[in-house]
Amino acid sequence: MKGLEDILREHPFLSGFSPEQSDLIVGCARNHRFNAGQYLFHEGDPADEFYLIRRGKVALEIVAPGKPPIVFATLGEGEIVGASWLVAPHRTMFDARAVELTRAIGIDAACLRGKCDEDHSLGYEMMKAFLPILVQRLNATRLQILDVYGRA
Amino acid sequence: MSAAPQLDPFLPDIYSVRDVRRELPDTVTLEVAPKAGARPDFEPGQFNMLYAFGIGEIAISLSGSAGSGETFIHTVREVGAVSAAISKLEVGAELGLRGPYGAGWPVNAAEGSDVVFVAGGLGLAPLRPAILHVLANRNRYGRVVLLFGSRNPTDLLYRDELAVWRQRLDVDIDVTVDHADAEWRGNVGVVPALIPRASFDPTDTIAFVCGPEVMMRFSVAALRDAGVPLDHVYVSMERNMKCAIGLCGHCQFGPTFVCKDGPVMRFDAIADIFSIREI
Ligand SMILES: Cc1cc2nc3c(=O)[nH]c(=O)nc-3n(C[C@H](O)[C@H](O)[C@H](O)COP(=O)(O)OP(=O)(O)OC[C@H]3O[C@@H](n4cnc5c(N)ncnc54)[C@H](O)[C@@H]3O)c2cc1C
Ligand code: FES
Repeated sequence: MKGLEDILREHPFLSGFSPEQSDLIVGCARNHRFNAGQYLFHEGDPADEFYLIRRGKVALEIVAPGKPPIVFATLGEGEIVGASWLVAPHRTMFDARAVELTRAIGIDAACLRGKCDEDHSLGYEMMKAFLPILVQRLNATRLQILDVYGRA
Repeated sequence: MSAAPQLDPFLPDIYSVRDVRRELPDTVTLEVAPKAGARPDFEPGQFNMLYAFGIGEIAISLSGSAGSGETFIHTVREVGAVSAAISKLEVGAELGLRGPYGAGWPVNAAEGSDVVFVAGGLGLAPLRPAILHVLANRNRYGRVVLLFGSRNPTDLLYRDELAVWRQRLDVDIDVTVDHADAEWRGNVGVVPALIPRASFDPTDTIAFVCGPEVMMRFSVAALRDAGVPLDHVYVSMERNMKCAIGLCGHCQFGPTFVCKDGPVMRFDAIADIFSIREI
C-alpha cells in the first residue's frame, strides 16, 4: 500500500516544490476520509487545516438565514479546499461538504504556517502555489456574477 | 435560348411544423418540413432564416442531425417578438424559411484529432449537429470531450439526450452549473473551469466553442492555457442578420460578414476583434 508521502508527492499541488520542501509539507499531513454529506468544515470555523482532494467531490456552500444552502463551487480530484489558513484571522468563509465519498489529505495549517515562517523560500513557493488558484477562482466568480446564460 | 428564371433569394419557402417539444419554460424545439419538395442538405453549424408571417425573420441554427432526413430541427429561445412568435407555433402551423446559410463546424477536418466541445446554455443547440456527427462516426476521431455549462440544474438543455450520451464509454461528458442547491450532485462552477480537468491531447485537439460571447472568451483563454493552439479553436458568432447572404452588411464583424464568413469562425482569424465591444 502506498504511504502518505507517496500519495502526497503524486498530488499536482506538490509538483512545484523541491523534495526537501515536500518533506516539510508531508510532516504536516494526514489522511482523511469523508462520507457523502459529511462536512470538512463550517463557515466561521478556525482554518486549522486545508485539504488536497485525492478522490471524490466537495461542494462549497453559503447559507443565508431562512434559505436552503447555495452551492457556489464544487471541487474534485487534484484540487484544493480551503485558503483561509493563509490569511489572518484564519477563519473559514463558507461550508465545505463532501458530495460523495471523498478521500483527501489534510495539511495542518499551524504546522505549515510555522514552517513557512521559518523557511521563507518554502513560504514563497506556497504563495506561488496558492496565488494562481485564487486568481482562477476570482475569474470564475466574475464570470458567474455576469450570469451569462440569462436573458439579455 | 432564354435564361433560367432568376429566383428571389429573399423569398422564403413555406414549411410546416411537424412536431414541437418544450425544452425549457422559454425554449422549444421545432421540427419543420417543406410544404413541397425535399429539404436541402446542410452542414453542422449552419443556420436558417425563419420567418414568422407578418412579424419578422430571425437567424436560427440547425440543431438536428445533418444526416439524411425530411425535416429541419430548430431550438428557439423566446427573447423578443419574432422568437416568441416562432416559439408559439403549433403542429401544422406554417412559417417561411430561407437557408441553410453560412460556414459550419469543420467536422471533417477534425478527423484523426481529439475533439473538445465547449457549450454554454443555448450554445449546445448549434453544436448538436456536430456532436451527433462525431458520435455517428466515432471511430474517425480521437478522444471526444463534451463540456457543458448552464445557469442552474433546471435550465439544462437536452437533458434526456445528455443522459443518453453519458451512457457511452467513448465520450467524456462533464456538465456544470453556475448555481445549485444541495440536491444537485454534479459540478458547480463555470464551464471554462472544466477545461483543465478534461483529458485530451492539447497538441492534437480541435475545439468547438459555442455560447454567450463572454463565456466563449473565457473558454478560449482556458483552452489556450491548456496548450491548444488558437488556430485549432472554432467559435460560433451571433450578430443580428438581415439578408443572411452577404449583401447588406448588417452582420459585419470587423472585416468579416458573420452570415457568410461565419457563423463558425477560426478563433485566430478574429482574435483581434473578438474582445472589442460593439464592433
Ligand atoms: C447565426 C445565428 C444563429 C442563431 N441560432 C439561434 C438558435 O439556434 N436558437 C435561438 O434561440 N437563437 C439563435 N440565434 C439568435 C436569434 O437570432 C435571436 O434571438 C433573434 O434574432 C431575436 O429576435 P427577436 O425578434 O425575437 O428579438 P429582438 O426583439 O430582436 O430582441 C429582443 C431582446 O433579446 C435580445 N437578444 C437578441 N438576440 C439575442 C440573443 N442571441 N441572445 C440573447 N438575447 C438576445 C435583444 O438584445 C433584445 O433585448 C442565432 C443568431 C445567429 C446570428
Ligand atoms: S446579414 Fe446581410 S451581410 Fe450578413
